[in-house]
Formats: sequence, structure tokens, C-alpha cells
Amino acid sequence: MSPIDFSQLTIGDTVVEAEIPLSRASLIDYAAASGDHNPIHWNERFAREVGLDGVIAHGMLSMAAVIAPIVEWLGDPGAISDYRTRFSAPVLVPDAESGTPATPTTSLALTATVGAVDAAVGTARIDVTVKTGETDVLSRTQVRISR
Amino acid sequence: MPVNTEKQGASFALPQPYEVSREAIAEFALATGAKADYHFDAEAATALGYRDVVAPTTFAVIIAQKSEAAYITDPESGIDFSKVVHGSEQFSFTRPIVAGDVLSAVTHVDGVRAAGDNAMITTRTELTDAAEQPVVTVTSTIVVRGDGE
Repeated sequence: MSPIDFSQLTIGDTVVEAEIPLSRASLIDYAAASGDHNPIHWNERFAREVGLDGVIAHGMLSMAAVIAPIVEWLGDPGAISDYRTRFSAPVLVPDAESGTPATPTTSLALTATVGAVDAAVGTARIDVTVKTGETDVLSRTQVRISR
Repeated sequence: MPVNTEKQGASFALPQPYEVSREAIAEFALATGAKADYHFDAEAATALGYRDVVAPTTFAVIIAQKSEAAYITDPESGIDFSKVVHGSEQFSFTRPIVAGDVLSAVTHVDGVRAAGDNAMITTRTELTDAAEQPVVTVTSTIVVRGDGE
């Protein structure tokens, strides 16, 4: 189904690189779309009261935002058989100092590389690193794809 | 109240099936940067072989979290939601979700174990379609932080 030619995948090759900006508006949009209205994702006072350094992004927003450019590369959402990650560090999303709350104040940098490939069967594993600044915010992120 | 380890092995079903709409798929796609036309345009999706617009990869979390909530908010579970931290998430697909799907969900509490002051909980939510065929399995781990009491 995927237009990806598995015989052209080589272990270690980088297949997708992207920088994903995040703003306070991103968090509100994700809360509405997902139904996850936990106030640590929109209320600064509450987030600090529960011990965070401020409002943080939904881990599931990071997970969703990371897979989008990888699916675009694959060309078919049905090519993904498994997608997993660990939430290793919170992503703080400060309010913009002025102007619209849709002004990005942080970002996710993702690099997706080929971790394993079986061209005969038509399967591969894509390993993904996701950083904010120097910090790995997701870890052990893996996407299994099949023809 | 500590997390109740006796809930290991329990199951919680979504009270009613979740009906997947084109609007919900489009809203989730817009909120997560999924820009491909097959999330928005039924013709683009059918050209790829799907019945209707295709949901973004992690769309199933909407339904899984509704189902998990039946467990997490059950007073007998002993979970203080304000102390919950998301540990990991995994989606294992039989097929992608498309608009028009009517999905049932059952959350299984696969593991509840104490780790020092904290508790680590693994849930597995099985999503099935109207024909009772598997669609996706969503596995989630959460950590409930202890309060030192």
C-alpha cells in the first residue's frame, strides 16, 4: 500500500527531519480535538501547584505531532503497524510575551532513521529521536511499517 | 488512599460505542499537524483504497482515554488523577480508523505494581468495530506519584 520502496531503505539512513513549533494555542487546539482537558496543559497556576515548572504540552500531542510528517513520507496511514514511545521529559510551553497566543514559544525537533529493514517481507522499523533543545522529550520512539 | 493492586486483571468497557465522524478526524488532524488530504477529503481517501477519510495515527487515543477513564475514575481504583504522569504509549494496528467506524472499547488492567512510593499501571485497551473485528490495541503506562504518607 505504501509507495515506499523497501529495497531502497538502508539501516542508519535519515528519512525524515522536521522542526515542529508549539504554542499555547497548540495545546488548546489539542485539548479540544482529543477531549483531554487536564488543566496542567492550559492553566499556569494549577501546573505550578502540582509541581511542574509551568504549563506543559500533552505527551500525546508530541506523539501525534511527531508521526504526522512520518506518515506524509510513507504516503499511506495504513502502512503503520505499530507506533510506540516513552515520555521522558515534559515539554514546557510558555505563554508568548505579547501578541497572539498562537505565537510559538518552543518546538520539537525530530529525526527519523531506518533502524531495521526486511525488504523481502516488506517491513521496516523507523527509530525516531525527539528533542526540545538538548533534551530528549520522547525516548525509545519506534514506528513499525509494512507494505 | 493507595492505588488498589487488586484491580489487576479487571476490565472496563466504554459504556457506548464511539462513532467516528469526518469532523472529529479533521479537527484532530488540524490540531496535530496532519496535513495530508486523505484526512479531509473522502475522494483522496478512496483513491488510496479507504471507505472514507482516514484518521491520523494516534486518533484512537480519544476513544482509549474515554475507556481508561472508567478505570481511573473508579473510586475503588484508588488513583488520584492529579498525581498521574503519563509514562508510555503504544498503538498496534490491525487497520487504520476511518470515518463511519463505530468502535467499542474495553480497557484491561494488565499491571498494577508498587515502585517505592509510586505505583506503575499498565492498561491495554482493545478497540473493535461494529463487526466485532479488531482495529487497534492501545497500551498505556501511567505512574501515580506517591504522596509520602
